[in-house]
Amino acid sequence: MMNKRTIGNSSMGVFKRQMGIYIHIPFCAKKCSYCDFLSAPADDDTIKAYIEAMLLEIKASRSEVVVPVPTIFFGGGTPSIIDPTYIERIMEAIREQYEVESEAEITIECNPGTVSLKKLLAYKDAGINRISFGLQSTDNIELKSIGRIHTYEQFQNSYEMARRAGFDNINIDLIAALPNQTMASWENTLRKVIDLQPEHISAYSLILEEGTPLYTVIEMERTNGIDRIPCEDNEREMYYLTNEMLKKAGYIHYEISNYSKPGYECRHNLSYWAPDHYISFGIGAASYVNDIRYKNVEDIKEYIEYLTEAKIIDLSEIQVEVNQLTKENKMEEFMFLGLRRIDGISIKEFFKRFGVRYDSIYGTLTKKFVEQELLIHTDDRIYLSPRGIDVSNSVMCEFLL
Amino acid sequence: MSQVNQKNIRNFCIIAHIDHGKSTLADRIIEKTGLLTSREMQAQVLDNMDLERERGITIKAQCVRIIYKAQDGEEYIFNLIDTPGHVDFNYEVSRSLAACDGAILVVDAAQGVEAQTLANVYLALEHNLDIIPVINKIDLPSADPQRVIEEIEDVIGIEAQDAPLISAKNGINIDQVLEQIVKKIPAPEGDVDAPLQALVFDSVYDSYKGVIIFCRIKHGSVRKGTKIKMMATGAVEDVVEVGYFGPGQFIPCDVLEAGTVGYITASIKNLKETAVGDTVTDFNNPCAEPLIGYKKVNPMVYCGLYPADGAKYQDLRDALEKLQLNDASLQFEPEASVALGFGFRCGFLGLLHLEIIQERLEREYDLDLVTTAPGVIYKVHKTNGDIIELTNPSNLPDPSEIDFMEEPIVKAEIIVTTEFVGPIMKLCQDRRGVYLGMEYMEATRAVIRYELPLNEIIYDFFDALKSRSRGYASFDYELKGYEKSALCKLDILINKEEVDALSFIIHSATAAERGRRMCEKLKDEIPRQMFEIPIQAAIGSKVIARETIKAMRKDVLAKCYGGDISRKHKLLEKQKEGKKRMRQVGNVEIPQKAFMSVLKLDDE
Repeated sequence: MMNKRTIGNSSMGVFKRQMGIYIHIPFCAKKCSYCDFLSAPADDDTIKAYIEAMLLEIKASRSEVVVPVPTIFFGGGTPSIIDPTYIERIMEAIREQYEVESEAEITIECNPGTVSLKKLLAYKDAGINRISFGLQSTDNIELKSIGRIHTYEQFQNSYEMARRAGFDNINIDLIAALPNQTMASWENTLRKVIDLQPEHISAYSLILEEGTPLYTVIEMERTNGIDRIPCEDNEREMYYLTNEMLKKAGYIHYEISNYSKPGYECRHNLSYWAPDHYISFGIGAASYVNDIRYKNVEDIKEYIEYLTEAKIIDLSEIQVEVNQLTKENKMEEFMFLGLRRIDGISIKEFFKRFGVRYDSIYGTLTKKFVEQELLIHTDDRIYLSPRGIDVSNSVMCEFLL
Repeated sequence: MSQVNQKNIRNFCIIAHIDHGKSTLADRIIEKTGLLTSREMQAQVLDNMDLERERGITIKAQCVRIIYKAQDGEEYIFNLIDTPGHVDFNYEVSRSLAACDGAILVVDAAQGVEAQTLANVYLALEHNLDIIPVINKIDLPSADPQRVIEEIEDVIGIEAQDAPLISAKNGINIDQVLEQIVKKIPAPEGDVDAPLQALVFDSVYDSYKGVIIFCRIKHGSVRKGTKIKMMATGAVEDVVEVGYFGPGQFIPCDVLEAGTVGYITASIKNLKETAVGDTVTDFNNPCAEPLIGYKKVNPMVYCGLYPADGAKYQDLRDALEKLQLNDASLQFEPEASVALGFGFRCGFLGLLHLEIIQERLEREYDLDLVTTAPGVIYKVHKTNGDIIELTNPSNLPDPSEIDFMEEPIVKAEIIVTTEFVGPIMKLCQDRRGVYLGMEYMEATRAVIRYELPLNEIIYDFFDALKSRSRGYASFDYELKGYEKSALCKLDILINKEEVDALSFIIHSATAAERGRRMCEKLKDEIPRQMFEIPIQAAIGSKVIARETIKAMRKDVLAKCYGGDISRKHKLLEKQKEGKKRMRQVGNVEIPQKAFMSVLKLDDE
């Protein structure tokens, strides 16, 4: 499967299929207290050096065949805090190496309050056609409690600007089960967001990640008998409420935490869950190329130094955790990623990908879960029941071989 | 080597309650005496000792032969024989005592007579041993030797006015003890010319020499080449080596004669052929009768031992076999449990023995174990007249086939300060005890006597006793016999499936309460799963207690860490790994510690 012949400096050889592209911008104005992604505030020189290095990385990833690119995603951090000319230059670099499809979905994550009409128009010129706003909540007290730097009013302003700049595909990220959040305040957030009629809504639940300031505070409070985080029951109620309200408002629930108007599913995220191949640029970014999963180094200094100083760039030098997936791994991923989709996986697709019958691998397990009413099996598809979604990790982990 | 006159031999042991200073006194005695007679020194046996040392063979430290030059100018050979201190090893203790002619009784000058003191003294008296009382720790500020002397005379009924007042720790008045050994302990009176008659009081397995028999020669003699016969087991072997016990070494010699204590090796590979209490005789010139008192020791407490990791079954078997080489009283046979897979039903002398074996398996053999509830041997009388000795509750016949059942009863003695008498009696009543009586040893201390079913004291009785007496109660028991009892099998059903490893036999009066507590405990120990799980305790088809583990509410990752699928993969792997450590019963995953947790039910 692997083609050892390499052109240019691509350490991953010849790219066989179309690939999504992810660009990691690890900078933010201020780190939110719940965030455990690789991001931090940085000075202009660092940002400049980082982008220059990334341009070199993109150039070095060249393949011998032109690879079609159906989706591009600028994530972070906060990609919108850097100068939009950087975004333009990155887009140019990509277009030089890859064949970005004319209908490609190109998204940039923006923090409310960090965009201007000028910036938005620059994105538009660069070919970006989808904006993802990290709103999280419409309640300013809740926003403050998790260290967000913007208010709901600033968001409204940014959102209107995006519409004015002509963006007709906008996502709003929300987080449920925030400290002190009530069912009423969550309902209020949902209602306000529905009124705005974004094309896409991601509604996650807060995950307290070890090592984050919020985790430390909440744990300390808990040892003293205080718990501001809504309990599991309330969190589930919020989830059900989200389903109900968004469905009523015409949104399709297409993934555990994602909703969209018909035709506006996030194609980039869908490719993660297919799973399809994608290549990522920037520190800490995870790629899946030619059945190999790997990550880039997380150390920004190491990343910049290598790319700017190497005479001949060998990208494997900045790649870590390189794993060639076995057939079993791919089956496992197909299942636990596919089951995140509300319509689940296709049995035919399983056979097409792996050349073995689904039943011969997962028949017994599926039967057990169907009996327990955690999975639903209809004709070609297998998907989580509503109850199965509640306990999806317990279901998914058993699909590991 | 010329033979030692029997009148210059003293065979004795030291008996004491735990912590009263038995080992310290033994150390002082060894220190104050020589290891070899002057004659033996000239005979250069030291060379032999070096050889032994190189082989690294060691023997029990307190089974030792030492030389004492007494005030009368003569050299005496002291054979100090160690006795295991715990009631679990009562039979071994009694055999060790049978090898002695006298005993030193060590009593703490502050604490006075304790339960084990009494138990050990009675055992020594049963063997007609002369007892020398010694008051230890006289240099403690709280020492009250005069009171303790009176207590010994009142409670035990032996003369104690001239008991040496010593401090074993600080070496005070040890000479008095040594002189009393010479004067008060009788010399052995064996007939050297009679046929060989030797008592086996211990044996160890050595990979080089095979089984090493520790014995007391009562009559006759044994030397290299003697064809010996074990009278109880019937084994016949040629003697390869005889010798006596130096501190830490086996010292070979030419012959062991009547009155002395030593060892025999005879290429015996199996410890079972040399049962403690057996009589060794000369195959070609056998004695008429074996020594009295031999009995086959049978385990009193049984439990299932399972490897936590099913793949370690063979390792567990190997480990048990190795331990059995040096511990003939450990019994095991393979068994299979629906819940726990393959393991062994093991028999132990008592709960302490069980704990020692369990700890050695875990520490020395690095095995993770799951232990089922310990049980005793019940006698099941079937309607067809058969009697079954039941060690595994799962094998209980159908109730319709059972006429009646019997359970072992022990006689227990608990010594406690009077302020705790109430709580201790309450505890014994709760454990189905039958009150036998109480005696005041002095104004503030009493001996309480109870008959208790053995199965009531093998769980957590010691702990309960200690917690009700702030640690001061001392406890001893001996088996009284079997009595008819209203017993039943309590089953635990998890998600309607019977979990065989959790079944046990219990008195019907306490079954409901225990069943209820087990259900509560299991509810805490079994994590929520994807569906609701009923936990029931049942006798036959009748459910007597029930708890419900609610279904897991939520186990979902809202976000998927962007494209970092490897992170998600690892998370799921960790989760699946956690499930592996559980035991699957039907659809339910039960953590291993749940099986253990029901063994210790706090009943306060």
